[in-house]
Amino acid sequence: MTICNDMTLAAIEPDAGLAAALKLDRAGVIGEIRRSGMKGRGGAGFPTGVKWNLAAAAQGDRKFIVCNADEGEPGTFKDRVILTEWPGRVFEGMTIAGYAVGATEGILYLRGEYAYLRHGLEQCLAKRREEHLLGNDICGKTGFGFDVRIHMGAGAYVCGEETALIESLEGRRGEARNRPPFPVNTGLGGMPTIVNNVETFAWATAILARGADWFKAIGTEQSTGPKMLSVSGDVERPGVYEFPLGTPIREVLRAAGGEDAKAVVVGGASGQCVPANRFARTVSYEDVATGGAVIVFGPGRNMLDVAENFLEFFVDESCGQCTPCRIGNVKLLEGVRRLKRGECSTQQLRELRALGETMRVASKCGLGQSSPNAFLSIIEHFRREIPSRVPVTVEA
Amino acid sequence: MRQQDPPPAGTGHAPVRRPSQATDVPHGGDLIGALVSVTIDDHTVKVPVGTTILDAARRVGVHIPTLCHHDDLCVAGVCRVCVVEVEGQRTLQASCAYPITQPTTVRTHTRQVRQARRHIIDLLLSEHAGECTTCFRNGNCELQALAKEYGVDSFRFGRPDRPRHKVDRSSHAVVRDMNKCVLCRRCVRTCIDLQEVGVLEAVGRGEATTIATYLDKPLAEMICINCGQCINRCPTGALRANDPTDEVWAAIDDPTKHVVIQTAPSPRAGIGEEFGLEPGTPMTWEMNTALRRCGFDKVFDTNFTADLTIIEEGTELVLRLHKNLVQGDSSLPLPQFTSCSPGWIKYVEHFYPQYLPHVSTCKSPQQMFGALIKTWYAQLHGIDPAGIVSVALMPCSAKKFECNRPEMCDSGYKDVDYGLTTRELAQMIREAGIHLTEMPRSDFDDPFGTASGSGVIFGATGGVMEAALRSVIEFVTGKKVEDFYAHADIVPVRGFEGCRHAEVQIPKEVGPVPGLIRHLVPDWNWLKGATLKVGVVHGTANARKVMEDIKAGGPFSQCHFIEFMACPGGCLGGGGQPIPTGPAIRAARARAIYAEDAAYGEAGKARKSHDNPAVLRLYQEFLTDGPCGHKSHHLLHTHYTPRGKYIG
Ligand SMILES: Cc1cc2nc3c(=O)[nH]c(=O)nc-3n(C[C@H](O)[C@H](O)[C@H](O)COP(=O)(O)O)c2cc1C
Ligand code: SF4
Repeated sequence: MTICNDMTLAAIEPDAGLAAALKLDRAGVIGEIRRSGMKGRGGAGFPTGVKWNLAAAAQGDRKFIVCNADEGEPGTFKDRVILTEWPGRVFEGMTIAGYAVGATEGILYLRGEYAYLRHGLEQCLAKRREEHLLGNDICGKTGFGFDVRIHMGAGAYVCGEETALIESLEGRRGEARNRPPFPVNTGLGGMPTIVNNVETFAWATAILARGADWFKAIGTEQSTGPKMLSVSGDVERPGVYEFPLGTPIREVLRAAGGEDAKAVVVGGASGQCVPANRFARTVSYEDVATGGAVIVFGPGRNMLDVAENFLEFFVDESCGQCTPCRIGNVKLLEGVRRLKRGECSTQQLRELRALGETMRVASKCGLGQSSPNAFLSIIEHFRREIPSRVPVTVEA
Repeated sequence: MRQQDPPPAGTGHAPVRRPSQATDVPHGGDLIGALVSVTIDDHTVKVPVGTTILDAARRVGVHIPTLCHHDDLCVAGVCRVCVVEVEGQRTLQASCAYPITQPTTVRTHTRQVRQARRHIIDLLLSEHAGECTTCFRNGNCELQALAKEYGVDSFRFGRPDRPRHKVDRSSHAVVRDMNKCVLCRRCVRTCIDLQEVGVLEAVGRGEATTIATYLDKPLAEMICINCGQCINRCPTGALRANDPTDEVWAAIDDPTKHVVIQTAPSPRAGIGEEFGLEPGTPMTWEMNTALRRCGFDKVFDTNFTADLTIIEEGTELVLRLHKNLVQGDSSLPLPQFTSCSPGWIKYVEHFYPQYLPHVSTCKSPQQMFGALIKTWYAQLHGIDPAGIVSVALMPCSAKKFECNRPEMCDSGYKDVDYGLTTRELAQMIREAGIHLTEMPRSDFDDPFGTASGSGVIFGATGGVMEAALRSVIEFVTGKKVEDFYAHADIVPVRGFEGCRHAEVQIPKEVGPVPGLIRHLVPDWNWLKGATLKVGVVHGTANARKVMEDIKAGGPFSQCHFIEFMACPGGCLGGGGQPIPTGPAIRAARARAIYAEDAAYGEAGKARKSHDNPAVLRLYQEFLTDGPCGHKSHHLLHTHYTPRGKYIG
């Protein structure tokens, strides 16, 4: 997958962040991350410094640093690029996190389909051990030990959700846990656990290397720093881009050659659909948040097909645990198909929209909570594409 | 094919799960026991940190509907029916799974909450191929009740037009109809967490999620112990017992058949619940009349063979002790394990087959009775045993499997023809138009008559042990139990704690060996001053703990005798008892059982098994070579099948 513009990460000196971190005390490292204002790059956008601080304060015989490399969101592939180009950065970031919260064990949870990356990643780990960047007394810092092992995922989208990921690590079905308690307190094996996205760890190294002020200067006040985006769909130059957060969607489209798009779905299957007349909206936590996926739909696309496609995905990928998600997605999918056939009454459409609202608030985890997003936003913005209904009586 | 460990599908490790996460308190330590204020609708109350919203709501009398929640089980938070609004939270929260750790404001029936609950119920109904009118849970179904509570008046999201799953009727004990399953996973949590057996697990993902056995094999081929605890906790009709009432009615209707029924102690303590009575309302004597009016020719008391079990199993224990302690012969090892719970038996056969020599060879009271009805009773009354249909009313689903074991034919016929649960009998009584609660009281039929109070308490965890100790103490000391324990209530073995220990000090003074077993042991001198160590265990999760303790040489390995019951609470919590179940209901049933035992004392009837006159008559007239003698071995003892966990 092509890298399409200049990547800040390429310019950061390897392991400068780790060296800088080890000169600080633990609180100092967390303070720097907090000051940077960085929010998680995996999608949910939780402030990374706050998460690290909670895990540092939590009591536990062991603590774990987990890197979420499950990258299962349709249309997301920027983590794959990071793991291919700069795997050392990811392990460096995990090591910094380990130092900051007092963890000695790291786990990279690697998407099953990325098995081909494993060999390179293992080599990178071996090299880092040789160079005393992993193992005991890292960089000569007595008493600080940290190592990373790789755990392969097995192809379930839900295992990207952090608590389902932990269940999977523990050898069980990938299913979201009840929260609270949160992983920072009660994670892997009941121990305090940090789960962060691949990109989050990579940026953590840059923050330590260049300072929080440098990071904060990029992006907006609430969305600091650069963000990698996976741009795909009806564009001339699909690939991985880096933009400062707060960049308007229009600009992303211009860079990728997709100005004539009728809509983009930002955030993948679980993201929201933005129609052309809203392309001034920005990619940022305060506006259109994303873990990195920008899927572009050209003028010829039928948006109901898009909704159908995404819902088919959720019908299969729901973990099947909770009612709103497991059955709700089936009902939304049936509804979209009825819409496509022109067989959905306004009454039924209203019911489906209300059901979507219920799924958002009543599902157990982020999967179910975000699964109706695309459907709801397409219904909202593309009313004219909904074939005029054929009046049918409501089934008994 | 390669043999694999069946439970839990795919994960291949011991099916042990951490208990409820919901009560985890972040930062632990100083917060434990602290109080925190919560406002639920108009009520403000202080609760211990970590209390769930659901528990807090119950405390202030606010009703929140639930479906996947069960008081006996760890938290799941999957059905989402119990969602509420928590101030400051973006999404609704499952009240069963939300621990209150800081001052919290909760609203339980806002528009959004009501709409979400209604949607969830509608969604569940859209997948529930239930025909209420033809379902055994009609009128006692939690989904049906929710639909009524939320005024469901149409299938808003449709309903299944045809069944998607084949009904699994392979097991003698449990019938699984996954068309009615709502995926609440109570059965999974029961099987994996409560019982630690691990036959049932959620498999598949998304729309294809189902509850299944390993490779979806028939239940009869699994390591299912038939305890039926899953049935008792299923909110719908997806799980039920294998019901023989049609066959029983057919036998009653057949004039050539002599249909007898033996009734265990627990159904009497539970059946009232089926007729709207408070849990713990005993119906022993009314039920006797109802059974006769249903058409049973004789009504016997299983407690008779409970008493007999005490004599046989107690004798076996004495023999084992003598062999091990005096003769240095450990071919029949200690501790001796009880054998009256067929769920426990199948559990050992699967999970600890190497420990089968520890299990008493005594049949369960049900099967002892079966063997005697078609021999002694038939002889006494000149009835052709071939024409006898022997039914056993049990609180238990495993008894159905037990009576179908091929080895249970020592009378020359199938010793017990049908195992009937409390629920199934209640159905028969309703069908016959009998008002149980208005029945005149009547006694059990001879020659077995009314048993002792010790037989009655078999129904509660610890009861077998208490009954055994009453007899052993009197046998060995020659004194009255009452000299050691007021009213012969051996309180240390009572209660609901999962694994219990007790010690009985044999005094320096021993008595003569009673006539019944004098030919087996010469004297009691070898027991002078000894400490008899006993254990009481209920629920197979606790059984596993004790077995692992024994394996590791822990305190339970020092015991001489251990009572194991497969079901939580003992038989009174059996898989054939009225639904629902829960800690309070089981405690009420236990009170009924202990009250009946006490009443025997007040009425001047026997309270100890060895005082049961009918048992003594049996040894005089029929089992003339005494307890553990040749004839008793033939009819009253059995052997077990090492099964292991592996399924081909
Ligand atoms: C269904 C679902 C799938 C997810 N998949 C991923 C994923 O593939 N990678 C990822 O980093 N985060 C994923 N997340 C978000 C994680 O739960 C978690 O918030 C994230 O890993 C935290 O890291 P961050 O704070 O660095 O973003 C997913 C969330 C949900 C609900
Ligand atoms: S929302 Fe979906 S994926 Fe998440 S717990 Fe519920 S069923 Fe599973």
